[in-house]
Amino acid sequence: MKQWVYLLPLVLFIALAIVLWQGLSNDSRLLPAAMLNQPFPEFALPSLASSSQIITTKDLPKQIILVNVWATWCSSCLQEHPFLVELAKQGVVIIGLNYKDKRADALAWLKQLGNPYQLEIFDAKGSLGLDLGVYGAPETYLLDQHGVIQYRHVGVLTPDVWRQRLIPIIEVLKNG
Amino acid sequence: MIPELGHFALILALLFTLIQATIPLIGVAEGRLDLMVVAKSCAWVQWLLFVIAFACLVYAFVNNDFTVAYVAKHSNSLLPLQYKISAVWGGHEGSILLWALILSSWTVAVAIFSQRLPATMVASVLTVMAWISLGFLLFILFTSNPFERLLPNFPIDGQDLNPLLQDFGLIVHPPILYMGYVGFSVVFAFAIAALLEGRLDSAWARWCRPWTLVAWCFLTLGISLGSWWAYYELGWGGWWFWDPVENASFMPWLAGTALLHSLAATEKRGVFKSWTLLLAISAFSFSLLGTFLVRSGVLTSVHAFANDPERGSFILIFLSLVVGGSLTLFAIRAGQFKSFSQYDLASKEMLLLGNNLLLSVATAVVMLGTLFPLFADIFHWGKISVGPPYFNALFIPLVLGLLFLLGFVPLMRWRQNDLSLLVKQALPSLIASLIIAVLLPWWLAEQLNIWVVLALFMVFWVLSRLVFDLKQKLQHKRHPWQAMLNMTPSYWGMSLAHFGVLVLVVGAALTSVYSIEKDVRLDIGGSVSIADYEFRLIQLKDIQGSNYTAVQADIEVYQQQRFVTKLFPEKRLYSVQKMPMTEAAIDPGLTRDLYISLGEPLDGNSWAVRVYYKPFVRWLWLGGVLMAFGGLIVIRDRRYRFAIKSTKSSQSDGLFAGETS
Repeated sequence: MKQWVYLLPLVLFIALAIVLWQGLSNDSRLLPAAMLNQPFPEFALPSLASSSQIITTKDLPKQIILVNVWATWCSSCLQEHPFLVELAKQGVVIIGLNYKDKRADALAWLKQLGNPYQLEIFDAKGSLGLDLGVYGAPETYLLDQHGVIQYRHVGVLTPDVWRQRLIPIIEVLKNG
Repeated sequence: MIPELGHFALILALLFTLIQATIPLIGVAEGRLDLMVVAKSCAWVQWLLFVIAFACLVYAFVNNDFTVAYVAKHSNSLLPLQYKISAVWGGHEGSILLWALILSSWTVAVAIFSQRLPATMVASVLTVMAWISLGFLLFILFTSNPFERLLPNFPIDGQDLNPLLQDFGLIVHPPILYMGYVGFSVVFAFAIAALLEGRLDSAWARWCRPWTLVAWCFLTLGISLGSWWAYYELGWGGWWFWDPVENASFMPWLAGTALLHSLAATEKRGVFKSWTLLLAISAFSFSLLGTFLVRSGVLTSVHAFANDPERGSFILIFLSLVVGGSLTLFAIRAGQFKSFSQYDLASKEMLLLGNNLLLSVATAVVMLGTLFPLFADIFHWGKISVGPPYFNALFIPLVLGLLFLLGFVPLMRWRQNDLSLLVKQALPSLIASLIIAVLLPWWLAEQLNIWVVLALFMVFWVLSRLVFDLKQKLQHKRHPWQAMLNMTPSYWGMSLAHFGVLVLVVGAALTSVYSIEKDVRLDIGGSVSIADYEFRLIQLKDIQGSNYTAVQADIEVYQQQRFVTKLFPEKRLYSVQKMPMTEAAIDPGLTRDLYISLGEPLDGNSWAVRVYYKPFVRWLWLGGVLMAFGGLIVIRDRRYRFAIKSTKSSQSDGLFAGETS
């Protein structure tokens, strides 16, 4: 057998390692450049409460809002939930995007733990999630008055993240 | 004090690992035995220090020491004792400590059972294992210290263990799985030692085989347990989800299975030497890759572990050093291991080659599917999700192919076979199996499914060959029972493991195709029917567990008006984490499981309920257990028997020399 054949595994591994590095340094906590400052993708999806009520992009309030991607199968969402309820009490407008979930499970969850959402979009197949480039739940998007995505946070929205990352952007949006 | 003692033990372990990773190498280079044996004593000391560290962490959990951050995050004073102990490996830091403890246990095992091996080989193997241990110790001490304190402001009570993990399956699943994962480090170390020394003979392969087998048995058991746990605990009734974390354990298993088979050829015929080395490196590399995937968070998964990019980069650097380094060594040295044996197309060598080819393709399929979202992201192919349809479409034909080859195992001899005789022997079995595979499901299930027919076809084909082979072996014996007892453990173990594969395949095929699932609304006094079983909801009860409250349904099951059993599914709410959990109730059976789980309360006294009828689902795990058990029997074979006392060695060496067939 030719000597170079023995080099093949190493070459393949180096290629793989480069991809893994990319995957790691691709900080998924940040929005991919492609979606930043882009309008929220067009969608028409049923509401969580009833499959006959359709929510579209036009139904999103024309103000600074958070879009929170959540699901009952996601344990981190449970951890995040009380803080969302608190934010809603403070008057922050939060839109819920229920992602790849079961309707009954999601409704029971909101009934049990409180509902921080003004609108609940039901994305059972994850099609809007796909357009948004959702990595997993929870994720939170900050939209400005014109429905343009200004920031994306992957993972649990904690009080720290809210204070340090989101409030400064919201301040700028309000004043600008 | 105790947590600091544990921390200190880890630092000391680092010191001894450093010695173990360097001094013996000098010994090997200079041919000094006194330096080589340092490896063994260091292995012992290192292991003892790990045991102390681990015991300290267990102590902190049992005594509710919530000043320790890890304990506060994963335990609670109300948690039952057995879960307090299993919570030790319920989170990242503790799992990695368990990993390291198990690695050092394997190292000590090598030190104990290697009396008959050349001193240089033992020293090299222990050195390689020390380098791996070193990486994990640094990882623990710098990024994942389980003993970190929350002082002065510590919580009064802990955040509790994730309710999903409060279960028997999760007490035993991780340690057994890790025994398998980490166990491949031994054969990895043997491979590196062989590459360094430039020596790879039949004896080397014989040393490697029991180590590989034990690790493989543990991994098989661990994966089966994980699948069983997912089935009864997640409440979805599924047994395999092609989830990245599951795949992470499946890749080393596939590579390890290929390795077992290629080691057989290397031992008996001295062929596939460099390929065996590559598989030995791969099996452990996939274990490390799995750890990286699970711990770094590059892939999102249902298993949503807490993860952290810093830990991810550490493991990736470590992975690159270990795998990159060993593959570089492989590229330089592997060319010198030539195989001189000749073999024909129809030979056991070719059969094993085919097995290896299919298993390698299967490993690649699983790896590509798992990493595909990552590739798509980097190369901007858009968001493409890879799910069960991809895996099933590629994986099922590979399994059928493997079964087809498996049928030839008893027929095929080393080197060469008479092809026409082979066809003559195989053809009747093949035809008969096909007929039974069509008739049986037609008769019993009244509907034909192509996948069931194909799976049963292959299963009956292999089964018939296993039986014929046994019959042929006993045909001319005067005392068939005596002759059966005299057959080697290798033969029995292999046949049992292969039989386990058949049992597993039957379970997978039948349960996938013939399962029935119903989502209904059930009132008290109401009933639901599924596959001639009737489930009646008698009453609902509120119950209070130590750290949860629950609603329990009392359900009676009837089969054609005959009482079968009572089932008690629960919906629990864990008090600390406010997490609702579904506890499914299952009536297990060899030919079918009845499975019921509570969904959500609807208005009034009714509940959304999900019932399943799952035929032959137990066979999946039974098959896994048989495979692992078969592997354990093979280890009993006398040619693998380790010499603990070197005094015996002269006598047993004779046995080794006599071993040929």
